[in-house]
Amino acid sequence: MHPAFSVLVFTVMSGAGYGLITLMVIGHLSGLSQLQDSAVLLSAGILSFVMISGGLLSSTLHLANPKNAWRAFSRFKTSWLSREAVFAILLYPFMLIYLGAIWMDMTGAVVSVAGILTAVLAMVTLFCTSMIYASLKTIRQWNSSLTPVNYIALGLMSGAVLLAAVQTLVGGDLAGVLQQLALALVVLGAVCKVIYFFWIGKPAGSTINTATGFTQASVRLLDQGHTSNSFLNDEFGYTVAANKLVRLRLLMLAVAFVVPFLLLLCANSVLLVVAAASTIAGLLVERWLFFAEARHVVRLFHGDQRV
Amino acid sequence: MKLGLVVDLDTCVGCHGCATACKQWNTSGTIGPLSDKDPYGRDPNGAWLNRIRTYEVDDSPNSKTVNMPMSCMHCDDAACVTVCPTGASYKRSEDGIVLVDQDKCMGCNLCSWACPYGARELDPNEGTMKKCTLCVDRIYDESLPEDERKPACVLTCPTKSRVFGDFDDPNSEVSQLVRDRAGKQLMPELGYNPVNTYLPPRNKPVVEQYQPSLKATVKGWVNKVISR
Repeated sequence: MHPAFSVLVFTVMSGAGYGLITLMVIGHLSGLSQLQDSAVLLSAGILSFVMISGGLLSSTLHLANPKNAWRAFSRFKTSWLSREAVFAILLYPFMLIYLGAIWMDMTGAVVSVAGILTAVLAMVTLFCTSMIYASLKTIRQWNSSLTPVNYIALGLMSGAVLLAAVQTLVGGDLAGVLQQLALALVVLGAVCKVIYFFWIGKPAGSTINTATGFTQASVRLLDQGHTSNSFLNDEFGYTVAANKLVRLRLLMLAVAFVVPFLLLLCANSVLLVVAAASTIAGLLVERWLFFAEARHVVRLFHGDQRV
Repeated sequence: MKLGLVVDLDTCVGCHGCATACKQWNTSGTIGPLSDKDPYGRDPNGAWLNRIRTYEVDDSPNSKTVNMPMSCMHCDDAACVTVCPTGASYKRSEDGIVLVDQDKCMGCNLCSWACPYGARELDPNEGTMKKCTLCVDRIYDESLPEDERKPACVLTCPTKSRVFGDFDDPNSEVSQLVRDRAGKQLMPELGYNPVNTYLPPRNKPVVEQYQPSLKATVKGWVNKVISR
């Protein structure tokens, strides 16, 4: 699949934003002492707000006809993309009430209810985003429960690193709980990603034989029928050399997981900002790989023996 | 009604006439235009609703060249319709034709991702998704003579490899062809239940290979070795 840069930015940034606000709400409402200071909460909340909104705006850049984007709310019953759009917008009033209440130093039921709804809607939106990909039977590398697991694990992981960075920058010493949480989520994210890599490595699914209906003999493409590229070639024919993919996987695992893990152990505010930046950069590579390694079944009609 | 096409892989010669007729009709049809990017330039790219691919099936001496024209299969379980967030993609309940409302499409490409047959292509100039309409603006047009109320690709096919009809009617030409010739769906394992059906090539006797005698083989070898 052709990796559209706007979609990579959208899924990574808004995923991190949703993870950040969810973990912040949980820490705040469960009474973690370092997450009671309104300066820390507002900084993390505004960062999350900017990342989510920036991601959502970026997602509209890949639309070829954005003037009809408002119609995307209309098929909630069947379309995961529509559900994502609805939940993403539904999040805003609760998030603004929650952050507004913190700003005005309010406490009590309003903060709790708005906070819990914000956290739940953030996770639901992230789940809907992942289900857009996981629901496609045409792409076996995506059509798996590992896809939502990865999106949610990596969203929470990047959110945890960001929360640790904001907390030390604004509030001083890093809370031990946040450090342990971020370390645990980095390990969890890495484990999920490695399991995914092993899983997609197994050959399975449709072949050129089932695609053409000739299941009792070998089939080879003689001619794709057009001399220059088509929409199908551009969108689904995206191919990267296998050795480059392996190198990028290793680079991604180092930048997204190993570097942040080591920097988290230092618990220094500047190093934690570097850790957060490293996580986001690594996850952009991870999302690029998620697209570049996904092979759509249309490729079978264009001569691939299997996907 | 369940309207669709039967494509005869035995007789298709791969002339691309269906694709050309389709482009000509539909570029000025209800979903038109079907635009091209850089049509006369070095790297032309455009929206076509038919694509014809050519395959070699089996190995010599049993190999056969098969031309496979593909357009929208108007699937019974069309995932392109359910994934569409705007409601632009829809399947007509009365005849099963899958269409895109050009006024609602936002060009997110998700339906083309959900389609296993590559039937949907984004119009590079309009920014909306284009797909086969089964010439919905021809087949119900009562101002046309009755035998011309067929999709443009069916009318133009010089070898009559494309047949249009109602798959719900067991006595229609398409249903009979599917029964008699063991018609196949493409990629049935994905569960989209495509309506368009492909008739496999008929079995024909294998052409006998010329087997040179031992004497002729030796003679040929000697002629190669000895320079004249």
